[in-house]
Amino acid sequence: MANQDLKELAAKEYKYGFESDVEADQVPRGLTEDTVRLISAKKNEPKFMLEFRLKAYKHWLTMTEPTWAHVHYPKIDYQNVIYYSAPKPKKKLSSMDEVDPEIRATFDKLGIPLDEQKMLSNVAVDAVFDSVSVATTFRKTLAEAGVIFCSFSDAVKEHPDLLEKYLGSVVPYTDNFFAALNAAVFSDGSFCYIPKGVKCPMELSTYFRINAKDTGQFERTLIVAEDGASVSYLEGCTAPMRDENQLHAAVVELVAGADASIKYSTIQNWYPGDKNGKGGIYNFVTKRGKCAGARSKISWTQVETGSAITWKYPSCILVGDESVGEFYSVALANHYQQADTGTKMIHIGKNTKSTIISKGISAGHGQNTYRGQVKIAKSAVGARNYSQCDSLLLGDKCGAHTFPYIEVGNTSATLEHEASTSKIGEDQLFYLRQRGLSTEDAVGMIVNGFCKQVFAELPLEFAVEAHKLMNISLEGSVG
Amino acid sequence: MLKITNLHAKVGDKAILKGLNLTVKPGEVHAIMGPNGSGKSTLSYVLAGRPGYTVTEGAAEYDGKDLLAMDPEIRAREGVFLAFQYPVEIPGVSNKYFLKAAYNSLRKHRGEPEMDAGAFLKFIKEKAKSVEMDPAFLNRSVNEGFSGGEKKRNEILQLATLEPKLAILDETDSGLDIDALKIVAEGVNKMRGPKRAFVVVTHYQRLLDYIVPDFVHVLSGGRIIKSGGKELALELEKKGYSWIEDSGSVPKAAA
Repeated sequence: MANQDLKELAAKEYKYGFESDVEADQVPRGLTEDTVRLISAKKNEPKFMLEFRLKAYKHWLTMTEPTWAHVHYPKIDYQNVIYYSAPKPKKKLSSMDEVDPEIRATFDKLGIPLDEQKMLSNVAVDAVFDSVSVATTFRKTLAEAGVIFCSFSDAVKEHPDLLEKYLGSVVPYTDNFFAALNAAVFSDGSFCYIPKGVKCPMELSTYFRINAKDTGQFERTLIVAEDGASVSYLEGCTAPMRDENQLHAAVVELVAGADASIKYSTIQNWYPGDKNGKGGIYNFVTKRGKCAGARSKISWTQVETGSAITWKYPSCILVGDESVGEFYSVALANHYQQADTGTKMIHIGKNTKSTIISKGISAGHGQNTYRGQVKIAKSAVGARNYSQCDSLLLGDKCGAHTFPYIEVGNTSATLEHEASTSKIGEDQLFYLRQRGLSTEDAVGMIVNGFCKQVFAELPLEFAVEAHKLMNISLEGSVG
Repeated sequence: MLKITNLHAKVGDKAILKGLNLTVKPGEVHAIMGPNGSGKSTLSYVLAGRPGYTVTEGAAEYDGKDLLAMDPEIRAREGVFLAFQYPVEIPGVSNKYFLKAAYNSLRKHRGEPEMDAGAFLKFIKEKAKSVEMDPAFLNRSVNEGFSGGEKKRNEILQLATLEPKLAILDETDSGLDIDALKIVAEGVNKMRGPKRAFVVVTHYQRLLDYIVPDFVHVLSGGRIIKSGGKELALELEKKGYSWIEDSGSVPKAAA
């Protein structure tokens, strides 16, 4: 009986893998200067945006794809990607009721109702479908508090001054190959602005959905918390199951003023490919936050269970004195998934502090790499860092790798680094099974216990979600 | 309840049990004694179904069913409990969460509704009190950072919570001081009843002063070489295991 259960569990598949039938407005395959101009024109962008894109595109042409990450994949043909795909009709929505019913149904099915009455009462959602934002909820409620939360496209039109000031200020288009590509072709994303002294009255979240075939998703998120402001933001992602790999190259920039705090949580569940490694999203993401003011704080929490390839290092630049950077991460690589993820903590201000807690889980033929950099600049008197990297292996065909880079330019700094690698114990499994738990439940319990420190950092509803997601993603990993 | 016939088992390539026979009826407490390496722990693990312990010959019938054909979790749900000699730590998993999952898996198996978190908390606090355990241990990670005595007490808490039909205690006395031993024994004694059977595996007679067995068996070379009442344990204590092994009443285990 138990064996039968295991087989059924192992056969279960990615539950967000459905495809929606939505007519799309797409640009021709491939990337040229004309593609960039076309995207900008489609979005009626002001001149500064087009210039930003063109500079990025020209710079991208001079760059080569990075090869230092511990991931392997066939060469990506950047001329075979569709860089812009928007659901039709693209008329201006005056209320939620006008969202295309097919798209609305898609988000309902994903558990993200766009109807404000049905939503978690304290979370505002920006829903991004392929290349464009289709709806942002609770905009009015937020506006009363002075908070701007809208799609990037709307922000370009309504708040060009803020965008011109902050766009590319943390991740310049010259930063890396994927950031340059994103800057050239990004089509939408979310923009949040929390004015001075305002505590954002609700959780903000963006839900990204890739639907159309052969498209890449290149979104950009910019969050600015002025002095004394605070916000908690969450992003979620899913995609249909396809045999072809799809490209996702996003950029996220955070700016925190003095005494401001930004908490950014991610539950990344892009389609990981099937159990033989076919299909799945290539996820090449640049996320970085700048603690610009004194005593500011940026905290990244990520739960990475999806994607065929994950290449992602949410980082903090600690410029303000006494500013704080945090990185809490759970990364799972099951089947043939490859994850190369970690963080960079760049200490510049005095008495800056950073904490890194990374939990990597490898199962099946999965390869999980932690790559982290802690840099203490000469100016960072009294800086402190604590890093902890733990790896858990399920089975004997997977791998765990750790590449910590530490650079200290000031002798008054204090750094601690702890690392461990363990295999899920036969004795732990047997102990739990002897108490009546199935093997799958036992593995889920042990892994969730392993991730506890990170899950504890997530907003409550999402911690529950992360728990469930972890169990689903582990299905079929033992047997 | 339990009928073991001509049981042979190996661990890896090494034959450990070599023709063991044992019958346990409901309400009985059987002590299995024997020198180190005689196969006591192997017997416990084989009965609980630990992977890596292979039965090569013989049978074990439990409640009229083929025990050896069941997966370990099915044995547990059918009422077989093993109190571990070395309870395992599960970091990050709270004791009460673990106990609830275990308890509900048994209920589900019996077709009963699962107990919700609130009701379970009340229930488990009572159970903790009954084995004199500080309720603070319910919030700590399973066995993590517990002392030897606390781990054993946690095993008894699980025993009291899961209320098995057949409880196997594997060297439950090892590493306990006399006070802890008394508490653990008291916990076990409270659980004794006409429908429940115990197999108490121990190296020393000391535990049997507190958990008084109905039968004592001496295991040597993978077989039971002598059985008797509780007085047999006292005699063993006085004369040592070599007394039986040298007595010639049974063939000596092959070296």
